[in-house]
Amino acid sequence: MWQALQAELADTNFQVITVALESRGVAAALPYIEPAKPTYPCLIDREHVVARLYGMINVPNAIWINEEGRIVRPNEAAGSTDGFRSMDLATRKMPDDVMKHQRDTRAAYLDGLRDWARRGEQSPWALSSDQVRERLKGTTPDQALARAHFQLGEYLWEHGNPIRARANFDQAIRLHPQSWEYKRQAWDLEEQGKSMGPEFWKAVQQLGEEKYYPEVQFPS
Amino acid sequence: MTGLSAYPSSMPTLLINGLTSDLPAGAPAEGPWAPVAQLARLTGWELKPEGACLGEVCVPLPRGRESEFVRDGWFSVGALAAHLSQPVAFDAEANAWAVGEAAQDRTAALESLEAPNFTLPDHLGMEHQLQDYRGKKVFLVSWASW
Repeated sequence: MWQALQAELADTNFQVITVALESRGVAAALPYIEPAKPTYPCLIDREHVVARLYGMINVPNAIWINEEGRIVRPNEAAGSTDGFRSMDLATRKMPDDVMKHQRDTRAAYLDGLRDWARRGEQSPWALSSDQVRERLKGTTPDQALARAHFQLGEYLWEHGNPIRARANFDQAIRLHPQSWEYKRQAWDLEEQGKSMGPEFWKAVQQLGEEKYYPEVQFPS
Repeated sequence: MTGLSAYPSSMPTLLINGLTSDLPAGAPAEGPWAPVAQLARLTGWELKPEGACLGEVCVPLPRGRESEFVRDGWFSVGALAAHLSQPVAFDAEANAWAVGEAAQDRTAALESLEAPNFTLPDHLGMEHQLQDYRGKKVFLVSWASW
């Protein structure tokens, strides 16, 4: 998907950079990267450095950065919606109106990206400094400690101690319950595929009214 | 996975400032301590007349409390982390510590609106820095196989 956008916007000064948050490293990411034949950088972030630096809590999460290296849209769900939550797990189907909402939201987000790529700061999608600061969510001490536990967990997993790794991942999840990055990466390290299994669906159900992907605020 | 099978090992492990180190045994008290002579190699911190320094940035040690930080040729990495409000994750069974970034430092960095730089390899192993793309509009997006 990003390759098509990068190609379409080749005549603008627009650069897609993808970051795979993959504690299993490049091997886990390659099967998804190679078929896309990407011309943009596909970075492999074993230690989830970018998630820490930018406050990402899920995938896909995106940040827009202008030519001067200033953030013009802080971390947000990149055009994803909670539509998948209405999926019938037996048939894997979603109601038509939910599908339509998902398609429309994604399309509007991509149109926003195109508008910014072509018009820069003239685009209403490029937020002012005040608007960006309003939307920024600061890091709390609990969230900072969660990150340290996640890092320790990754180290222990990498060094053959999956039991203590899991204990540290659990600490991270307890300290920062909104982070799906921690929950899902930890499930995946236990067993590939587990991050999409019954535990995941149960955790999503437990969200209740809360969003899995807080929807992007479009320009009015 | 590589095979470190024996836990806990006698030497505590410390993750700090992007470094992973085994701390020598014999610390004068509880918590993560490093010999002053090996401090820079093990932790990235250096002890200078101005205080504890990480690269160009120095933090003065609180006057009158020096013995909490430096004792018998050892430096308390834990005391410095507490002084800087940096989170410290500890796993007693694994005998391992991770010192993270202070919440207020991350918040302040983001509020500057300057996109923090990082260096990562791409899927072919070539390294990229975000700042290499200065002059372009960058759409930075995460994904994962999970």
